[in-house]
Amino acid sequence: MNDELKYLSQQVARQRLDRRSFLGRAGALGLSAVGASTLLSSAVMAQGAIKGGTLKVAVEGGSSTDSLDPALVTNSTGTMVNRLWGEPLVELDADGGLEMRLASEVEASHDAVTWTFKIRDGVTFSNGKALTAEDVLATLERHAGEESKSGALGILSGIKSMRTEGNAFIVELTGPNADLPFLLSDYHLMIQPNGGKDDPSAMIGTGPYTIESAELGVRFVAEKNPNYWNPDLGHASTIEVTVINDDTARVAALQSGQVHMCTRVPPKVASLVGRMPGVEIHSVPSAGHYVFIMHCNTAPFDNNDLRLALKHAINREEMVDKILFGNGSIGNDMPVNSSYPLYTEAEQRTYDPDKAAFHFKASGHDGSILLRTSDNSFPGAPDASQLFQQSAKAAGISLDIKREPSDGYWSEVWNKQPFSTSYWSGRATQDAMYSTAYLSSADWNDTRFFNPQFDQLLVAARGELDVAKRTQMYADMGTLVRDEGGLIAPMFNNFIDATSDKVAGWGPSKGFGLMNFYAPMKMWVTG
Amino acid sequence: MGLALTLIAQRISLGILMLFAVSALIFVGTQILPGDVAESILGQSATPENLANLRKELGLNEPALTRYFNWLGGIMVGDLGTALTSGASISEAITSRLGNTLFLAAVAAMISVPIAILLGLFAVRYKDRWPDKLISASTLASISLPEFFIGYLLILVFGVKLGWFPTVATVYDGMSFGDRLNAVMLPALTLTLVVLAHMMRMTRAAILNVMQSAYIETAELKGLSSFKIIWKHALPNAISPVINVVMLNMAYLIVGVVVVEVIFVYPGMGQYLVDHVSKRDVPVVQACGLIFAAIYIGLNLVADIISVLSNPRLRHPK
Repeated sequence: MNDELKYLSQQVARQRLDRRSFLGRAGALGLSAVGASTLLSSAVMAQGAIKGGTLKVAVEGGSSTDSLDPALVTNSTGTMVNRLWGEPLVELDADGGLEMRLASEVEASHDAVTWTFKIRDGVTFSNGKALTAEDVLATLERHAGEESKSGALGILSGIKSMRTEGNAFIVELTGPNADLPFLLSDYHLMIQPNGGKDDPSAMIGTGPYTIESAELGVRFVAEKNPNYWNPDLGHASTIEVTVINDDTARVAALQSGQVHMCTRVPPKVASLVGRMPGVEIHSVPSAGHYVFIMHCNTAPFDNNDLRLALKHAINREEMVDKILFGNGSIGNDMPVNSSYPLYTEAEQRTYDPDKAAFHFKASGHDGSILLRTSDNSFPGAPDASQLFQQSAKAAGISLDIKREPSDGYWSEVWNKQPFSTSYWSGRATQDAMYSTAYLSSADWNDTRFFNPQFDQLLVAARGELDVAKRTQMYADMGTLVRDEGGLIAPMFNNFIDATSDKVAGWGPSKGFGLMNFYAPMKMWVTG
Repeated sequence: MGLALTLIAQRISLGILMLFAVSALIFVGTQILPGDVAESILGQSATPENLANLRKELGLNEPALTRYFNWLGGIMVGDLGTALTSGASISEAITSRLGNTLFLAAVAAMISVPIAILLGLFAVRYKDRWPDKLISASTLASISLPEFFIGYLLILVFGVKLGWFPTVATVYDGMSFGDRLNAVMLPALTLTLVVLAHMMRMTRAAILNVMQSAYIETAELKGLSSFKIIWKHALPNAISPVINVVMLNMAYLIVGVVVVEVIFVYPGMGQYLVDHVSKRDVPVVQACGLIFAAIYIGLNLVADIISVLSNPRLRHPK
């Protein structure tokens, strides 16, 4: 690297030169704007985190009807606020592995039925109480109990009993599950004093921040928790979270410098936003997917030839181009992709009108097929349905599109009607994804996929500790869903977030967008 | 004066009856909507088990009529109850939200009403000449544009390009009055542009109506300046329809600004109501509906009373 450039970028990192002058001088030295930006951010990273300042975040998804009880959080705002004041036992790390948080060690019995979590020493809640294994037990009891309304109730159903032994928290499962710690990284499972049984909405936890002001659906202000144990998390002294649900307003707030970062830039404008001065776009591949779901037990979708006909009649590349504007990747009719550990590529299904026509004929179905859609099933769903209609027409399959109201879509259409558009935001592991929606007995088996062989494999894989064998089992399960299931998964969407050049420290992550919602705590204000 | 008092008493009792009818209508409306509050809260993460638990806790298993009368009983003693979704006290939430809504409406009215009336007077003074045409054309253009578009335009020009005002109008406790005023400037200007034309046109039409009268001709023959004629002789006699339209727009500024609230992230009543409608949170929808209806009826009442008082024939009946 040119020495002068290197010197200049370090000057910026030490705040002796402003960014604009740096870009100007770098340009004069013959470096492109993109190159200069990259150089600058690596210099700023090398300088290390700057403590202090106020970091402002604009999030989408909050509403005045939200609850402060972590068990009842359903949207991105609530998830981010949970992460500010609370902590789970373990969290996903940047590569999709596990990072120890309130558990300092995790150990499984050789059959993966009994799990022991050693609770971190010397951690206190923001009310001054010391963290104990009893608090962890009480928290899990509250979420998994019979009276529970928790969003995590479903994933905790495999627990037989829980107990504490000294500073260890021990879980007995009804059957083996090698992925149990991943399930406990769920964003509802924030450890609260006495499990939050006394006051679930008090927002008292062990997290890096304490919530000073909470106006649901409007604004949250968090101050750094001076007693927080982990020096890598929480650089700014104050974090302000503003809920901005309108896409244009959210981007404008970033552009006018009122916030430092925002979630969910619409794919349509992502490239335009990226060209604004002082704004950087982060388009990060995710496990989230936009799908068309067919009920395998309802005519005409109870015929596998018809399902295959529709799977061959969709143009995946076109969807990624026109619906995601390139911010995503094509799917292969299974709910998992390369962002999962233990994933193996299967042969890619492609748009093939001839094959589609062949299977359609073999199915013996006559007449058109009704597809229900709505804009809140995924952004651009009605447009995607029309693209599907066009590509299927080339194969001689006629689709009728019924546009349903957004309001009530999840209660009236999804998981009720036999053919509709939907989305999944993905899970931490393949086991979690398949157990949530593809196991015969799953509550959200939204494709009505009842396959004994698949169920058997899924349960067997949970107890299989040999990684190679387990990987093969997941590959087989993927193939079963892909060739016999009711899922048409044309695309996996990226998370598209934007940050301003007043903050630094962006890094890779798994899970949700905005660095799994840790960006406000992992990034810092540069000045 | 007696006639006016009877009239006012009549209006108030009719208004209260109307409120009962409104509350029943809102309740029926929320029952017709598909899905219930438990399904809406849990959304895609609903399972039969947690749905049942939530329904039981929220008391949704009771018949609809029982729930309605329980609520009505509460209202009678001034208890708005708690929101089903968040469990928060409705009256507390509404107090701050309503305060914000009234503040924004007041700022918008403070800017728009004087401008609208002055522009109306100007338009009359220069009737059919270029100032009249310019005023009419520009205000009609601004009323024809959708609110969100005006909002985005103002954000682009004054927020992003010029950087004069914040694009996010979030107000919160502990903000100084000046900060608050600065924060609501863009939404208030948006609303001003939306309501200006209606009031301006009505002022112009009402004054032009009385400009045909004989006493205006007399005033002209006395040699008064045309502004003095309009201001002193025409406006007082045209005030009743003007007040009516001003009140109508005030009501709109309070109850109809949800789009502006969303664009500028303003924590007012509209956004609060819409959030709860989409979650089928009936007690909140009822409370908001009732307050909106009361404001609407109240402002109309004020308009009526002012009309009565400004009309000598009603003020001094034979």
